[in-house]
Amino acid sequence: MNIYVCIKQVPDTETKIKLNADNTGIDTAGIKWIMSPFDEFAVEEALRLKEKNAGSTVTVVSAGPVRVVETLRTALAMGADNAIHVDAPETADNYRAAKAIAAALKKEPKVDIVFTGKEAIDDGAAQVSQLIAEAVGIPYVTVVLNAEYSADSVKCRREVEGGAIEVVTTPLPALIAAQKGMNEPRYASLPNIMKAKKKEVKVLKESDLGVSDADQKIRYKNFQLPPPKQAGKKIAGDPATQAKELARLLHEEAKVI
Amino acid sequence: MAKVLVVAEQRDGRLKKTTFELIGASAAAGNETHVVLLGDGIQGLATELGHYGANTVHVASDASLKFYTAEAYAQVIVGLAKSLSPDVILAAHSPTGRDLMPKVTSRLGVGLASDCIQASFEGGKLKVRRPLYAGKATAEVEFVGAGPQVATVRANALGIPKPDTSKSAAVSNGAVALSGVKTTVSEVVQGQAGRPDVTEASIVISGGRSLKNAENFKMLEETADVIGAAVGASRAAVDAGFRPHRDQVGQTGKVVSPNLYIACGISGAIQHLAGMRSSKVIVAINTDPEAPIFQIADYGIVGDLFAVTPALKDELKKLKEH
Repeated sequence: MNIYVCIKQVPDTETKIKLNADNTGIDTAGIKWIMSPFDEFAVEEALRLKEKNAGSTVTVVSAGPVRVVETLRTALAMGADNAIHVDAPETADNYRAAKAIAAALKKEPKVDIVFTGKEAIDDGAAQVSQLIAEAVGIPYVTVVLNAEYSADSVKCRREVEGGAIEVVTTPLPALIAAQKGMNEPRYASLPNIMKAKKKEVKVLKESDLGVSDADQKIRYKNFQLPPPKQAGKKIAGDPATQAKELARLLHEEAKVI
Repeated sequence: MAKVLVVAEQRDGRLKKTTFELIGASAAAGNETHVVLLGDGIQGLATELGHYGANTVHVASDASLKFYTAEAYAQVIVGLAKSLSPDVILAAHSPTGRDLMPKVTSRLGVGLASDCIQASFEGGKLKVRRPLYAGKATAEVEFVGAGPQVATVRANALGIPKPDTSKSAAVSNGAVALSGVKTTVSEVVQGQAGRPDVTEASIVISGGRSLKNAENFKMLEETADVIGAAVGASRAAVDAGFRPHRDQVGQTGKVVSPNLYIACGISGAIQHLAGMRSSKVIVAINTDPEAPIFQIADYGIVGDLFAVTPALKDELKKLKEH
């Protein structure tokens, strides 16, 4: 099987976000970059599928500036065979990035299945998976907790609201977007990390993929940090007094109960 | 004035609160408000949509739309959008809206501002702001190029208007003819009965690792049931196996903004705060007076959650009974 995984490099979850001087973006100095956590489940799922199907290859694809190569190498160290870096500007929106990634996939000889994370934790837009599938022309199933693979289809259990689970079957080729809990992602072994450093990463430019500024559909402006919250009221007393006073404040002052 | 198309959402014949929020915000701005309603045997819901300010409800009722699939629903919505040419399309950033709307915008060749936390109309144009880095920052979205402005909006962001039963909407029943739908839904397994989802609830009570085990979450569930709240959990509690992943609040779980968020035994790691700091009122109960959660809490109780939470449940019960 020709298995593909689309991954994104994002700031580590512990990052304190600061804005740049003119509030047109964030200050990226000193940020520790990681693979978006949901994408780890996608890489793991791809590797497990490869292990069950002899002769399969796993190719990871990521769009962004040159620093994303480091995240592609993380996926190679986990066990992926090939990597493609789609060289795109940091400010590329979801539509533009998805169009470029889809064009890169369409250049490949054959795509049997594509895995992604259900969203990236930087913009949290939850769009690129669906946009890639649509641009490639294949169905998608998102927020997948569990997948059963057969020769020409995948039966997925996907999470919807209130803990309900939808059982959805899609023919292959298809795109599957992983939710946390789909599997337990492996750690890269040291030999694999060393091997990954030497692997070639294929680079495709936007111009190779028919993508340009004209594909930018949205832009972010007027960045703000959340307003600082004032330290609130501390409620003193024994537990019964504290509970009684809290209930009163929520009812009479905050009016939320 | 803009021409607005709102994608209504119903599950098992019940409309979602967020649908009312979207219609209310559009109607309040004086827009020509169209609503598309999809499902099977759901014509009766159009009346209620009118009460919230819909001018026209476009009903697509067909057995093929009984279960949501992106492929089927997108065909109907894209078809309607092409004939109606709205200036703005709005949908909820719900599990359905987030799965569906990228397919719609892709086919219309336009951008999508997803998970907006502010939405308003200025001079017939939609103005939205959305979170980045799970709310550690926010930014305004500029729509580039022609075509409708499309946004999905987070639950509780706009507020539910009061319904006016004297208002009614025109109803248009369209024929449904789908082609090329490849995905099939064979089953929907229901989740926990009676308790709302953390992303939709107006009150969320969350527990951290201090709850010590899964059994102790019953204490939070009982308190939640008194006030119709959802039960959430920190990443630490989820990773320890106390709660399922779907309940996790934070940057790698769900981002929530209820009217009231009660954090029990949660210290307030930066990735958890990112997921709940836009809640309107925050309560923290924690034994450690230095816990970061107290810096963003409107009401803080330094104390043992095992003593405070049951007492709080009793007090809330008294309030509800009066």
